[in-house]
Amino acid sequence: MPTSVETQTNAESPQPGAGIRNWLTAEIPGSAVQARAQRAYFGWIRFLRNPLAVVGLSVIVLLVLAAVFAPWIATHDPLVQNLATRLQPPSAEHWFGTDQLGRDLYSRVIYGARITLYIVLLVTALVAPIGLLIGTLAGYYGGAIDVALMRLTDIFLAFPGLVLALAFVAALGPGLENAVIAISLTNWPGFARLARAETLIVRSSDYIAASRLQGASSGRIVGMHIVPMCMPSVVVRATLSMAGVILTAAGLGFLGLGAQPPSPEWGAMLSSGRRYMLDYWWMATFPGLAIVLVSLAFNLFGDGLRDVLDPRNE
Amino acid sequence: MSQAREAAARAAGASRWRRRLRWTSRTLATVAITLLGLLALTFFIGRVMPVDPVTAIVGEQADQITYEKVYRALGLDEPLTTQFAIYVRGLLRGDFGTAIATGHPVIEDIARVFPATVELATLGLIGGVLLGVPMGIVAAVRRNRLADHVVRLFGLAFHSVPNFWLGLMALVVFYAALGWIGGAGRVSLHYIGVVPDVTGSILLDAMLAGDWDIALDAFRHVIAPALILASGGMAYLSRMTRSFMLDQLNQEYVMAARIKGLSEWRVTLHAFRNIGVQLLTVVVLAYGGLLDGAVLTETVFAWPGFGQYLTSGLMAGDMNVVLTCTLLVGVIFVTLNLVSDVLYRILDPRTR
Repeated sequence: MPTSVETQTNAESPQPGAGIRNWLTAEIPGSAVQARAQRAYFGWIRFLRNPLAVVGLSVIVLLVLAAVFAPWIATHDPLVQNLATRLQPPSAEHWFGTDQLGRDLYSRVIYGARITLYIVLLVTALVAPIGLLIGTLAGYYGGAIDVALMRLTDIFLAFPGLVLALAFVAALGPGLENAVIAISLTNWPGFARLARAETLIVRSSDYIAASRLQGASSGRIVGMHIVPMCMPSVVVRATLSMAGVILTAAGLGFLGLGAQPPSPEWGAMLSSGRRYMLDYWWMATFPGLAIVLVSLAFNLFGDGLRDVLDPRNE
Repeated sequence: MSQAREAAARAAGASRWRRRLRWTSRTLATVAITLLGLLALTFFIGRVMPVDPVTAIVGEQADQITYEKVYRALGLDEPLTTQFAIYVRGLLRGDFGTAIATGHPVIEDIARVFPATVELATLGLIGGVLLGVPMGIVAAVRRNRLADHVVRLFGLAFHSVPNFWLGLMALVVFYAALGWIGGAGRVSLHYIGVVPDVTGSILLDAMLAGDWDIALDAFRHVIAPALILASGGMAYLSRMTRSFMLDQLNQEYVMAARIKGLSEWRVTLHAFRNIGVQLLTVVVLAYGGLLDGAVLTETVFAWPGFGQYLTSGLMAGDMNVVLTCTLLVGVIFVTLNLVSDVLYRILDPRTR
């Protein structure tokens, strides 16, 4: 399965030890596994040459660690209210200060990483397969199917992302799950367009014709030969779109349409911080900084990934 | 001039006309289908997606008789296709429903609030062009040097910042702490309605009336939200300008100009003249992006425009407002795309 090439790129770090290094840099790979490992290794080396992309990846790793180990990293319970210590400025006890209900903002920002990661992963898991399916089908079959599917994506693309997401949430009702559905509904057309463009390039290749001559079914050709070819650009696109997903989710949370209080979602925290921020600046500052940091990290990482995975970009 | 050559020229002219006609009709068909699709989508959001549109209107406690009256009034006993036809016919007659909060037809409300958004988005676009285009040029000319990296990081940073948070921070720093900018709204309360409304922009109106106190006040109110919108346009336009310029600087005529001994400044000027048309088309598209950005920026600054109208409609659960605004934004987007396409075809001789 050639699909796994991309996922290995970042999962594998070069191990110290001459044996493995020689195996990875051998002129002529002895097996398919070795060839793939070599590609991943050289991709990783190239990725490391882009310092901004490495910074982005580090922030994403920190985000994942913060989400997984939140109970150990946080200094307080994110939901426990303590009116005696409300609206306190940042201090040794409360690093980011406290909110109007005396909750520790640092701990809430840390727990918010879980919600952000949840939204981003869920949206990507929903959107990338749908976009891939629609795009490859449209590109592979062409004709009326292509026209119909592409008109459909054009209609969704005719709306700016946030406005359409707002309309969907208005119909579905506020809440974290509905926000995820709304963002997904606005996000798939980009993937479909991309997958279609890639399919059109691959479709007329000789190896596709060869496998068709061998009697491969359309489903097999699309699934085994076309989808893997779309994966690098879809992975890049997914990474870059995660930044946009984070911003839209935060916007919905800010309007009170996403995650509901007392959930420590960053956008929702800004929404309640807004009322107090003119006198208590820290309430709106730290959750916003978290959004900027993570969104920027996904953009930087995606840019670096594109340089590695997409050879046309050189 | 031989007759044969004239005939050939006439034939070429005729085929050009035929091609132009074919392009026009195909474009119009695409636009018509897309617009119909926009209507279908808003219909779907309004009538199909809510689990029960009747309960959405009358509430949970309504009795059976009211429920059925509304059910029939909405035409829900008809098949979906008939409902859609009724919906489209209503929209074509200009009937977009009434807003709960104001009691006015939604379309009148939007006409009233829209100039404020146009003022904000136009200033944002001007700012975005003035900042983004020079940055993109510098980045292209100094490719892979420090200036290029700085521009890229700068653009990426503003691409990653939620503009509503920038708005909150601007209010905290420049309004609450420093007092440099005005707070909510387009002008201070005591100035509202003082100068006659001519252009739809209070800033321009005040200047026309020669009332510089009000003009300054309006400027202090508009500067922060306009700059925040401009930052988004700047991020997009600097990236596009950079890639357009790089395309040109890699062309042979640039090499020829350098060999001829033209200064780098003159070479850049030559290249820039050649990206004008491409740049214009993306500037038109950027305007649509600014409308999207205006929704949350207006909400933060209580700017009484279309975005704030949309979000207050959302808060009130007023689907008439939400869907009309959504539809309107979609139509504006489609129009801007069309304008961008047409401009490109008219202005760039290579497309003829």
